[in-house]
Amino acid sequence: MQTPALPVPESRPLVPPSLRGVAPVVVALPVLALFQWLLGGADFASYLLSVMGVNIILAVSLNVVNGMTGQFSIGHAGFMAVGAYISGVLSLQLKEVALSFLPVAASDQVLFMLSLLVGGAAAAACGFLVGLPSLRLRGDYLAIVTLGFGEIIRVVVQNTDSFGRALGLSGIPQASSPAMVYFWVFLVVLAARRLAGSSHGRSLWAIREDEVAAEAMGVDTTGYKVRAFVFSSFFAGIAGGLFAHFVPIINPGSFTFVRSMEIVVMVVLGGLGSTTGAIVAAIFLTLLPEGMRSLFSALGTEGSLAQRVDQIRMPIYGVLLVVLMLARPQGLFGSKELWDVLPRWLPRKRRGLA
Amino acid sequence: MRRLAPMLLAALAIMAAACEKKTQPAPSGEGGTQSPGQSSNTGATPPPAADTILLGQVGALSGGQATFGISQRNGIELAIKEANAAGGVNGKKLAIRVYDNQSKPEEAAQAVTRLITQDKVVLILGDVASSNSLAMADKAQAAGVPMITPSSTNVTVTQKGDYIFRVCFIDPFQGYVMAKFARDDLKLKQVAVLTDNKSAYSIDLANVFKQKFTEMGGKLVAEQSYSQGDTDYRAQLTAIKKAQPDGIYVPGYYSEVGVIARQAREVGLKVPLMGGDGWDSATLFELGGSAVEGNYFSNHYSPDNPDPRTQKFIADYKAEYKSVPDALAALGYDAARVAIEALKRSKDLTGPSVRDAIAQTKDFPGVAGTITLDDKRNAVKSAVILKVADGKTQYVTTINP
Repeated sequence: MQTPALPVPESRPLVPPSLRGVAPVVVALPVLALFQWLLGGADFASYLLSVMGVNIILAVSLNVVNGMTGQFSIGHAGFMAVGAYISGVLSLQLKEVALSFLPVAASDQVLFMLSLLVGGAAAAACGFLVGLPSLRLRGDYLAIVTLGFGEIIRVVVQNTDSFGRALGLSGIPQASSPAMVYFWVFLVVLAARRLAGSSHGRSLWAIREDEVAAEAMGVDTTGYKVRAFVFSSFFAGIAGGLFAHFVPIINPGSFTFVRSMEIVVMVVLGGLGSTTGAIVAAIFLTLLPEGMRSLFSALGTEGSLAQRVDQIRMPIYGVLLVVLMLARPQGLFGSKELWDVLPRWLPRKRRGLA
Repeated sequence: MRRLAPMLLAALAIMAAACEKKTQPAPSGEGGTQSPGQSSNTGATPPPAADTILLGQVGALSGGQATFGISQRNGIELAIKEANAAGGVNGKKLAIRVYDNQSKPEEAAQAVTRLITQDKVVLILGDVASSNSLAMADKAQAAGVPMITPSSTNVTVTQKGDYIFRVCFIDPFQGYVMAKFARDDLKLKQVAVLTDNKSAYSIDLANVFKQKFTEMGGKLVAEQSYSQGDTDYRAQLTAIKKAQPDGIYVPGYYSEVGVIARQAREVGLKVPLMGGDGWDSATLFELGGSAVEGNYFSNHYSPDNPDPRTQKFIADYKAEYKSVPDALAALGYDAARVAIEALKRSKDLTGPSVRDAIAQTKDFPGVAGTITLDDKRNAVKSAVILKVADGKTQYVTTINP
C-alpha cells in the first residue's frame, strides 16, 4: 500500500492565495453556462449526462468513505433515497410557490436548490445517526449496518402514502438541468480533493492504512470516520435530490441494494481512494450500457440476433467488469490520481507530484 | 490546498471531455445533420424516410418484472410479423426497436428518450408496470409521440396527457364487471363487501361495485374492511354471515383472499366469493386450498375463451414461442394491432395524426376483448369472468361494458 504523496511546498503558486477560495467557482460558472447552452434541445444527451453526473457525485462521495477512510459502506443508495424523497416531496409542496421578487424561472431554481439542500441535510442527518454507533465497529459490521439501513429506507418508502408507496412519486417539477448537476459534480470533486489534501484528509488516510496506529498517533478515529460518513451521505442525498428532479418518477425500485453495489463497483473499479478514478469509472460505467446499445443496434436490424443480444446487455456488462477486475485488481488508478498516471511524455504542470 | 490547479484542471477537463463527447449527438438529435466523425450513436439512427415504419418498445426484459416484459414483447412481435406478412402498412414494412428498462423507471425514461430523439420512432409501446409507464408517459407526452401501454391499469397513467393510450381496462372497471355478473348471471339479490382499506386498488373496485350493484337493483347488506397483512378475518366474516348475503365481494390480493376464503368456510359462509385480477396467482390455490373453489373473479383474458380470434392467437403464439400466452402477451398483441390499425388509418406519420387515429379506435376486435377507446384514452373493453374449480381457473363468460 502506498500512501499518497504529501503535497510539497510550492515556490510559485499559480493562483494568489487570497483568491484560492473563489477561483474555482469563478472559472466553473461560465463553463457550466456554456455547457448548458451547447446542450440546448438535446434531450437524450442531457438525460444521459445528468445520469452520469449523479453517478459521479455518488461515486466520488462514496470514495471518501470506502476509498480514503477504508471503511466499507454498501448502503449509499439508501442515503440517495432519503435525499430524493425528501427533496422530491418538498418540491411537490412548493410547486405552486414562487418568490415574488424573482422571475419565475429563477425562483424555481432557488426553490429547487433549497429542496436539494434540505434533502442533502436529511441524508447527512441519517448518515450521522447510522454512523455514530456503527463506525465504532470495523469493516464488515459497518457493511451490514449500512446494508440494513438502505433496506429499511426502501421498505419505509414503500409503505408510506405520502411517498407514493410502491407506485412511486411522480409529478415532481423537472427543475434539474445538466448545468445544475455538474455544478454539484464540481462541488463534490472540489470538496473531495481539498479534503484529501487537508490535515483532516491525512487523518482519514491514516485510518485507512492502520487504524490502531492512527489511534496511537492521537487521531480521533471514530470522530473522523463519522465526519467522513456524514460528508459522504450529504452528497449522496444531493445526488438523490438531483435524480428526483430529472427522472419523471422515483420509486423504491430505483434505490435497491443493487444500486448501492453499482456505486461500490464504480469506486472499486476506479481505484479505492482515487477521486479521478471514481469519476472515470462512473463515466465509463454509465456510458457502457448505452454504448453497447448503440453498438448492437448498429450491428443488426430489428429482430436480428444482435438486437436480441442488446436486450440482455447486463450479463455482458458483468463479464466486462470481471475482465477489468482480473486485469487490474487495484482498480484503474489504484490510489493515484489521473495526473499521476498520465504517460511520461505529457507535459506536467506541477512538480512534486510523483 | 496546494493542489488547486490540478484539481481545477481535472474538473474542467472532465467537463470539457463530457462536453465534447455528448454535445455532438445534439445536432443530429435536433435536425438530422450527422457529422462524419460520429460512429456508434448516430449509426443507430435509421433514415427517417425509408420504406419501413419504426416503432419503439420499452419493456422490462430483465429485472424483477422480466417475465411480464418478455411475454409482452413476444405478443407485440407476433402482431408485427403478421402485419408484415399481410403487406405491412400502406406498402411500408413495420419494424420495432425494443429497449430493456431493467424494470426501473429511470432506465425507462432514458430508453424512451433515446427512442424519441435518436431513433425517431413513430409510436411507443410499453410498459407493464404502471410506474415505468408513468415515467415513459411524461417523456412521450412532452415530445408529442403517441404511446400505447398494453397493461398498465393505474388510472393516472393516461392522465399524463392526450398522447397516452392504453388497451387494458382501468382498475375501477372491474368493480362494474363483477356487479353486472353478480346481478345478471349469478342472480344475486343481496351482497356483502369486504374491502382492503390499505390498497387504493381494492377501494376503487369496491366503491364502483357497490354503486353499480345497487343501481342494478341489488341490495348491499354488509360492509366490512380489513388491512393488508391481517391474518384473522373471522370477526368481519361473522358479521357478514349475520346479514345473510347471497355473495361476498372481496376485491383484494391473492395473499389475503386465500386466507379469507378458508376462514369464510370455517365460519359457515357457503356463498360464493367474488374478486378482481388481484386474485390471479397460483398462490391463491396454495393458501385457500379447496375453500377457493366455486368462487369467481374478473380478469383481462382467458386462454380458455372459445372465441375463434383468441384461439387462433393462442395457436399462432404457441407455434412461435412454444408456450401458452398469458394475459400480458395477449394485451401486448392487442396494443400492437391497435397501433398498426391506427397507422393504416392515419393520413401521415406525424405525432398528432397518429394520435388522432388511435383515439378513433372503436370496436376493435382484440384477442383480449373488444376495444373502444374513450375520451380519457382508456380502453372500454370486455373483461372475462373466471371460475375457480379443480385447482385451476375456468372461463365462464365475457362481460361487455
